[in-house]
Amino acid sequence: MTTELPLRQLSLNQKARVTSVAAHGEMGRRIRDMGLVPGAEIRVIGRAPLQDPVALRLKGFTLSLRNSEADYIRVMLEEESDQGPDGQA
Amino acid sequence: MTTKQTPPVSTVKTPPVEANVLTIALAGNPNSGKTTAFNEYTGARQHVGNYPGITVERKDGIVHSQGRVVHLVDLPGTYSLTAYSEEEKVVRRVVLEEGVDVVIDILNSSALERNLYLTVQFLELGLPLALGLNMIDEAHNQGLVINAARLSELLGIPVVETVARTKKGLQELLDAACERGEKRRGQPRSPLSISYGPDLDPVLERMSERIARENFLSNRYPARWVALKYLESDEEVLAEGKAEGRLHEELEAEVEAVAQYLSRTLDSYPEAIIADFRYGFINGILRQGVLERRDDLSQRLAVSDQADVFLTHRVLGPVIMFGVLYAVYWLTFTLGAYPMDWVKSAFGWFHALASGMLPDGLLKSLVVSGIIDGVGGVLGFVPLIMIIFFLIAALEDSGYMARIAYMLDKIFRLFGLHGYSVMPYIVSGGIAGGCAVPGVMATRTLRSPREKLATILTLPFLTCGAKLPVFLLFAGIFFSNNSALVMFLLTVLGWTTALLVAKFLRSTLIKGESTPFVMELPPYRLPTLRGLFIHTWERTWQYMKKAGTIILAISILLWAAMQFPGLSDDRAAEFAQRKSAIEEQMKGADKTELGGRLAEIDAEEAGETLRASVAGRLGIALEGVSSYAGFDWRTNIALIGGFAAKEVIISTLGTAYSLGEVDPEQATSLAERIKADHGWNAVTAAALMIFVLLYAPCFVTVVMIRRETGSWKWALFGTVFNTAVAFALAVAAFQIGTAFT
Repeated sequence: MTTELPLRQLSLNQKARVTSVAAHGEMGRRIRDMGLVPGAEIRVIGRAPLQDPVALRLKGFTLSLRNSEADYIRVMLEEESDQGPDGQA
Repeated sequence: MTTKQTPPVSTVKTPPVEANVLTIALAGNPNSGKTTAFNEYTGARQHVGNYPGITVERKDGIVHSQGRVVHLVDLPGTYSLTAYSEEEKVVRRVVLEEGVDVVIDILNSSALERNLYLTVQFLELGLPLALGLNMIDEAHNQGLVINAARLSELLGIPVVETVARTKKGLQELLDAACERGEKRRGQPRSPLSISYGPDLDPVLERMSERIARENFLSNRYPARWVALKYLESDEEVLAEGKAEGRLHEELEAEVEAVAQYLSRTLDSYPEAIIADFRYGFINGILRQGVLERRDDLSQRLAVSDQADVFLTHRVLGPVIMFGVLYAVYWLTFTLGAYPMDWVKSAFGWFHALASGMLPDGLLKSLVVSGIIDGVGGVLGFVPLIMIIFFLIAALEDSGYMARIAYMLDKIFRLFGLHGYSVMPYIVSGGIAGGCAVPGVMATRTLRSPREKLATILTLPFLTCGAKLPVFLLFAGIFFSNNSALVMFLLTVLGWTTALLVAKFLRSTLIKGESTPFVMELPPYRLPTLRGLFIHTWERTWQYMKKAGTIILAISILLWAAMQFPGLSDDRAAEFAQRKSAIEEQMKGADKTELGGRLAEIDAEEAGETLRASVAGRLGIALEGVSSYAGFDWRTNIALIGGFAAKEVIISTLGTAYSLGEVDPEQATSLAERIKADHGWNAVTAAALMIFVLLYAPCFVTVVMIRRETGSWKWALFGTVFNTAVAFALAVAAFQIGTAFT
C-alpha cells in the first residue's frame, strides 16, 4: 500500500520517502541544501511543545523545519513504520 | 574547457603574505567541527575581524608546520555555495578571489551525504581540495563504516579521518592539504563535471561552449560552473554576467526555454533538478563501497534522541528550558556582581586618586568625571560579557541552544522574530536586570538578517539592570505599598512593547518573508573548554576595543555637554566669594558644620553649572514639549544624562536639584526632595518610569547596534524611534492619568 501525503500529516515515528519539493527560491534552496530531495528517507522524531516546528530524522542527522515549510514537501509512506526507542511522546 | 588560474585579486584585507606561504581555507557545514579544528591548528594565535561592510566574522591564523608557513582562513560554516546568505557569498569570494591554494573541507562523518553536497560544489569550481572526515568516532558509534581510501580514490582528492577535539588526524590532514596545494600551484583548475540528466546536459554543454568561446566571466570562474549558476539563477553571477556583456541575454534565453520545458514536462525547474542530480551523484559515490550502515552498531544518535524525549518534551521541555534560561541569567548577574564590584572599586580608587592629585577645575573634572567614570562604567560590563558569552558558547556548542530556538520559535515567529531571538531578549532584560550590551552581541547566533535586525532594535525596550534604580526610587516614593507589582508591570510592559514593535517593524520597515527556519538540531555534545575560552575572549576583546576608542570619545563628549559653557565669570566669582565668606565667618567653629555649609554651596554651584550647560539649556528648551508627559527641565536634563548610562539619571537629577552627588543605590536625600516637590505625583512618576523603560538605549548599546547591524543608520534609528515610542506612551500615561485624578 502506498499513499502520498503532505509532510505535515506524518505522525510521530512514521517513516516516509520524499516524493516532491514544491518550494522555489530561497526556501526551496535551503530545503534541498539540507538533503530533503525526492528519494530522501525521513522519519518524524518529534514536534516542539507547541506542535511546530517539527523534527525529522534524515540520513545521520536531525533537521527541524516549520509546518508552513513542511507543506511544500510531499512524501510517500514506507511499508513498515517501526517504532523508535522513544515510542509515543 | 578553458579554465585559467585566477590571479589572486584580493578585495578583502588579509595579513601580509609571502610568496612561499600557503593559503588554506577551512570550509565545512555548521556543526562539522570546523571551528574546533581551526582552534586546534592555530591555538590562541588568531586574528578575528569582520568582512568589510557586512557582519560576518573573519578569522585568520598563521600555522607553522613541518617547515611550512600556512596562512589559515576559517570560513563561515555553510551548507552550500549559493548566493543566498552573506556567509555563502563570503565563502565564494574568499576561495575565488584571495588566491587560496587549497581548501580543507571538514565533514561531519555522521551526515556524510549532506556534507558532501558542499564538497561537490567545491569540486565543480575546480579548487584543490582535501577532505577531513571529522568526528569519525561518532560516526563509528552510530554504526557507520566509512572507507576513506575508497572515497579518496573515487573523488581523486586526499581524504583523512579526523577527530578535531582530540587532534586526531589533524596533522595528517594539514600535510595532505599542503602537498595538494603545492602540487597544484600554478596549474589550471580542473573542475569536476557531473551529469545533470538528459534535459539539462545538452543545454549545459551548449552554454558552457559559448561561455568558453567568448571568455565570458571565465577569467574568474570555470565555464561550466557559470552555465550551472545561470541555470540555478544565482543572483550574484547573474549580476556579474549582466555587467559583462551581451552573452548574458542569450544565456538567460536558454535558461528560460529549458525552464519552460521542464515545467511543462516534469512539473519541475532547473534548480531542483540540479540539486537532485547532485545528491544522486553523491549517492552513487557512497554506494560504491564508501559507506556501509550497520544498524547493529548504532548507539550515539539514539542517546541524543532519548535526551530529546525529555529535553523537548511537551511539558518537561519548556520547564527545563525556563530553568536553564533563568540559570544563565542568575549565574551571569549574581556571579558577575562580584567582579563588577571589583572593577567599580578599582575605578573608585582611581577616581579618588585623581581627585586628590589634580587641582580643582576643568582638567580635574574631565579626567575624573569624563574619562575615569566614563571608561569605568563601560569596563564594568566586561565581567558580565565574559560570563554571559562563556555560558552562551556552552549552550551553543552543546547543541541545546538549537533546541531553545526549536521550542520557542512558534511564539517568536508570530511577531516576525525567530526562535534564536530568545537568548538576546533574556540577556537584555527579558528577566528584569539584564543588559542590552551583551544582548545585542548575542544576536550573532541569528543568521536570518531581517529577524536579527528586528531583534536588535527591540531588545533595548526590556528591563535592563541600569533602569532598575530609577524604578526602585520612584516606585518607593509613590507606590511604596505596591512597588513589587510596579516592577512586574514594567517588565511586562517592556516585553509587550518589544514584541509589538518587532511585529510593527517586520510589517513596515523590515518587511519581508520570514527566513526559512530549516535548521539542523545537532546531537548533544560536551563542549571543549578551549573552544569556550577562545570564544569568550574574542567577544570580550571586541567589546574592550570599542570601550577604548569610540565609547571613550562619546563619554567625553557627554561630559562636555554637561559642563559647558558653564557659569558666567560673575556667577563663579560670586560662589567663590560666598565660600570664602563662610570660611571666614566660621573660623574656629565646628569642622563638620563648616564642611556641611561648604558642600551646600558646592551643590548649588554644580546645579547651576548643569543648568547653564548645553544639556541644561537643551533640557530647559525641551520643557515646552516634555510638559505633555509631565517632565520639567530637571527631569529632562537627567534623561539627557541617561543616554550615557541609565544609572546616571539619578545622579544627574540629584545635581539638578542641587543636592550634590547622589548615590543611585542610596538616594534618600533625593527621595525626600522629590516627595516634597509639588511638581511630582504618582502620575508623573508613572510617566517617567515608562519613558525610562522605553527611550533611547544607552550609547554603549547604540555603538554595539552599529557594530552588529553594520550601519550607523540603524543605530541612529534605534535612538530616535525608541525615544518617540517612549514619549508617545509617557504622554498617553500622563494625560490619561491626570484626567482621572
